[in-house]
Amino acid sequence: MSAVTRNNRNGRKRARFTSGPTGTVLRLVFSLAITFFGLLLVTFLIGRVLPIDPVLAAVGDRAPQEVYDRVREEMGLNLPLWQQFFIYISNVLQGNFGQSVLTANPVLEDIKRVFPATLELATLATIIGVSLGIPAGVFAAVHKGKWPDHLVRIIGLAGYSMPIFWLGLMGLLIFYMKLDWVAGPGRLDSFYLDFIEPTTGLMLVDTLIEGDTDLFWNAVSHIILPASILAYFSLAYIARMTRSFMLEQLSQEYILTARVKGISETRIIWRHALGNVMVPLVTVIALSYANLLEGSVLTEIIFAWPGLGLYITNSLLNADMNAVLGGTVVVGAVFIGVNMLSDVLYRLLDPRARR
Amino acid sequence: MSNETLLSVKNLEVTFNTPKGDVHAVRGVSFDLGRERLGIVGESGSGKSQTGRAILGLTAANGKITADQLQFHDVDLANLSPKQWRKVRGARISMIMQDPKYSLNPVMTIGDQIIEAYREHHKVGAKEARRRALEMLEAVKIRDPERVFNAYPHEASGGMGQRVMIAMMLIPDPELIIADEPTSALDVTVQLQVMAILDDLVRDRGMALIFISHDLQLVSSFCDRVLVMYQGHVVEELRASELHNAKHPYTKGLLNCLPKMDGDHSDLPILEREASWAEG
Repeated sequence: MSAVTRNNRNGRKRARFTSGPTGTVLRLVFSLAITFFGLLLVTFLIGRVLPIDPVLAAVGDRAPQEVYDRVREEMGLNLPLWQQFFIYISNVLQGNFGQSVLTANPVLEDIKRVFPATLELATLATIIGVSLGIPAGVFAAVHKGKWPDHLVRIIGLAGYSMPIFWLGLMGLLIFYMKLDWVAGPGRLDSFYLDFIEPTTGLMLVDTLIEGDTDLFWNAVSHIILPASILAYFSLAYIARMTRSFMLEQLSQEYILTARVKGISETRIIWRHALGNVMVPLVTVIALSYANLLEGSVLTEIIFAWPGLGLYITNSLLNADMNAVLGGTVVVGAVFIGVNMLSDVLYRLLDPRARR
Repeated sequence: MSNETLLSVKNLEVTFNTPKGDVHAVRGVSFDLGRERLGIVGESGSGKSQTGRAILGLTAANGKITADQLQFHDVDLANLSPKQWRKVRGARISMIMQDPKYSLNPVMTIGDQIIEAYREHHKVGAKEARRRALEMLEAVKIRDPERVFNAYPHEASGGMGQRVMIAMMLIPDPELIIADEPTSALDVTVQLQVMAILDDLVRDRGMALIFISHDLQLVSSFCDRVLVMYQGHVVEELRASELHNAKHPYTKGLLNCLPKMDGDHSDLPILEREASWAEG
């Protein structure tokens, strides 16, 4: 009898543990940990499988055998694979990605320096892309088959098919060289570079913190062209997805209900239909944002933007494995983070997903 | 029931332009409606729903409505601008849709959707609108109006969803309600309950009702008059109480399809059709 009661009590306790807000958070943390473990495992294995000898990269090919062996031992490469993996994980958890061969800095420090540049660019590009892409998609869906629809399709198609390096160079040629509306490559005019103390690493934020409007506007004039060019691509994608989600929602019964009630067409489109379109659209926007956060190599090269994409590419070309793996882990973590954020937003937007 | 005519429909035609050619959904339907309850029955595709939608001007974009007359009180429904339509829809003519699972907006609370219907046609503050909405939920016999008000449609059962739909469509106090298969998506056990609530409210408020259904018995027990439609035509019009005196073979056929408690329990007869019915 008493055993049964105890069992029941245990059962209730477990039920309380996995439901409610605490349970949701715990489940989230658990799935996060699993995903992150998988990410580390894959990056670790890739690092071991690649035909690059990290010892050779460190000592050079003229080093005598005993030096080679000693360094190999110091790097822990003589240990069994599972032990190496264990050491790798505990290092990463302590924020230690090792030393970059190329820059001679700890990889984490390098990433702290380059990631904010990419973050700033990607965020601004996504803001521009979303705030233009959604209205364009709605506009196209509402006027399906008429000229606004075709216009949005042509703009979108052009955005999809033009190579970004060409678009970037043309942008610089027209808006920087000929018209002089924007500043050239880099994050600031080189004259200003020493004036700014990197607090957050985000130029737009740092200059505002220091209250220097001149610097702020200089940073704006530098970022606006690469951000717009990246935004064009996410705009094309977002507009196309918005259009198709919108068409699907506009044919639903509840839209007819709203019309029966005598609601204005504007409200039907922007409140009723878009409210439902936002649910799947959040995932689309999050994915396009995460893609930009990875760093777009071509854009960063053309605009001499010291971001993550440029850093990883350079490291890869120089067989700097610690930097490549560190960068990959950061990119993966960003993907996980953005996905989680979109999950949370999804729940906020769709009452059916709340449990 | 007064004899004053509320809605007059003469020779209503609805045609859909489809890639496979024109489809005549409604072919020359005429009827007059006073402050009464009119049933429209027919099989799927007989044009009964399209008749209801045409009255509200909500035929799909590829459809075309023509009529010799489509008069509602002082309003000529055949020639309304979108702006004028918005004054008619909801406020004067409203429609109860079939399945609350699809006809309520899933991401808006039930309360917001009811309030929206009310405030579109009545200039009142948020507080007053909320009070009215809660009253209306009570009127459709929802036990815990406060909770349902804050709930989302997926949290309500089918019967409750349809009562919410009734509350939402009746709250601006329209003169004519079109109920398009209002109970077809519901469990048999709650069908009569929901129908009774709708019937009570329509009676109390002196509204006219067009009740569209394929359920002859349900229609005859809640309506004064019945139109029987077949392939876009009205084949017979008769008082609900005289259904058993139906003359048209199609109506008789429909009646014969109903299983009877007593009488023989062998196979139900199959409906016989004649091409000439669709010409009349």
